[in-house]
Amino acid sequence: MQLSSPLVRRRSRNLETQGRSAMARSHSTRKACIPKAAAHKASILKALCVAFALLFVVAHPAAAQLSFKPTAEAVQEDKLLNALKEGDKITGRITIPDAMAASLIQPAGRDWRDFHRSKLPVIGGVAIIGMLVLLAIFLMVRGRIRVDHGFSGTKILRFASFERFTHWLTASCFIVLALSGLNISFGRILILPLCGAQAFATMSTYAKFAHDYLAFPFMLGLVVMFLIWIKDNIPGKIDLQWLKQGGGILSKGQHRPARRFNAGQKGIFWIVIIGGSLMSVSGWFLLFPYIPANVTTMQFWTVIHAVIAMLFIAAMMAHIYIGTVGMEGAFDAMGTGEVDLNWAKEHHSLWVEEEQAKGHAPSGSTPRAMPAE
Amino acid sequence: MARVKFLCDADRCIECNACVTACKNEHEVPWGINRRRVVTINDGKPGERSVSMACMHCTDAPCAAVCPVSCFYTTADGVVLHSKDLCIGCGYCFYACPFGAPQYPKVGNFGSRGKMDKCTYCAGGPEADSTPAEYAKYGANRLAEGKLPICAEMCSTKSLLAGDGAIIAEIYKERVTKRGYGSGMWGWKTAYSDSPTG
Repeated sequence: MQLSSPLVRRRSRNLETQGRSAMARSHSTRKACIPKAAAHKASILKALCVAFALLFVVAHPAAAQLSFKPTAEAVQEDKLLNALKEGDKITGRITIPDAMAASLIQPAGRDWRDFHRSKLPVIGGVAIIGMLVLLAIFLMVRGRIRVDHGFSGTKILRFASFERFTHWLTASCFIVLALSGLNISFGRILILPLCGAQAFATMSTYAKFAHDYLAFPFMLGLVVMFLIWIKDNIPGKIDLQWLKQGGGILSKGQHRPARRFNAGQKGIFWIVIIGGSLMSVSGWFLLFPYIPANVTTMQFWTVIHAVIAMLFIAAMMAHIYIGTVGMEGAFDAMGTGEVDLNWAKEHHSLWVEEEQAKGHAPSGSTPRAMPAE
Repeated sequence: MARVKFLCDADRCIECNACVTACKNEHEVPWGINRRRVVTINDGKPGERSVSMACMHCTDAPCAAVCPVSCFYTTADGVVLHSKDLCIGCGYCFYACPFGAPQYPKVGNFGSRGKMDKCTYCAGGPEADSTPAEYAKYGANRLAEGKLPICAEMCSTKSLLAGDGAIIAEIYKERVTKRGYGSGMWGWKTAYSDSPTG
């Protein structure tokens, strides 16, 4: 018989345990019979006899047949693979400290590969190029949204310096994070052929460092933005009316009344807060891969991180468009912080009235400015 | 050229972990990284089996497919290797790998990943064969010396086989026929199923 046969191994293991229990028994017998030396000796003999008898019984081939059939009942890879559920893996026990090494085969890696190579480029492409196309069409059809009544020359403070600082802290981090993230997803296809493997790898290394480090000021910006703007971003009835008329975006000269933020801006706020939170949580697990210590969990968070990122980038492109090219006078709000009074009245009539009531704003001679003509 | 593979005959593996130790020693693998490991399935239950697992050097390797900087390449022998000069330590190959082969030394901030390390089939890396630079990054290049991977060469029960995929598969099938049982060619379906020629 082969030495390595599992049958022999199993049997010798049984012997070992039997021997151990016999020893334990003899030990307890000795304890009970301390006063009488003769009885003591006899009991040891007795225990030894029992142990030997047991040895014989266990080692006897007939007794061994009572146990399992080691070859027929051995684990089969095919059976384990077939029994695996979606996203599951074959795991076992290991004797090295790395707990993740206990996973033997995880076929779900193939699904992740398929997501990364086939699905994500489509999601990202449709979201980002689709948004670019939409914005281009919008610019062509609607043109730049002008201040209907022209600039008044009077300014009103829209965003204080701390608010602007928070905005630009988050925004600048976002742009670097977005570009370095897109580099991971699309760089291999778009940039690698242009600059060669070594230059691309060096660039990607720095991009990854930037991505890792700037995640923290971005998260800080998110938290501060949430705290300073939440009070102006609670959805209300007025937003429904604004939305019903498309905010007057689609047709000229139509402006719905709005407080500090209209429904569109509230939408952007919540996209940033919710999207940013999802990016932060998922990113946290990628920054600290040893927290989940589980490849399935990490795969899940990378998928969340990537999909939300693509949608987030598309939404922010619309935000950047309307804040710069798309609308006259809008950039000043985050640029100098002061917007033209006429712009404010057209887009945030109720907010202007509130500011004027508080004495924070110059009260124009006509609360509802009429055309000069 | 032969298409080289690994095959672990789990019915012979006695979980001695000599392959793990030999690998670590041969390549001076960094602390905390095991290019090869032995996983015991159904440990302590009837019919338990131990499988020695490392990079399977897949056909159409998932790691190579998802790498954002394209640092992987496959040699003429079918060995999947990578360049540590290009690797940015993003972890994508670890997510995609069915066998948990890629590992990363914990360097730098946030406990984040350094350059990926994995089994090279004792074939080194992109550097010139058997140079100190190659040894420092990837370990010994036994293939260049005409030797097979150390893990398989010194396996005491000849459970772990390395070499031409067709030949080691034939050896395994012969064993199964002769003894009448076999727990399977662990990982082969996952690593090579997409290509019949493998």
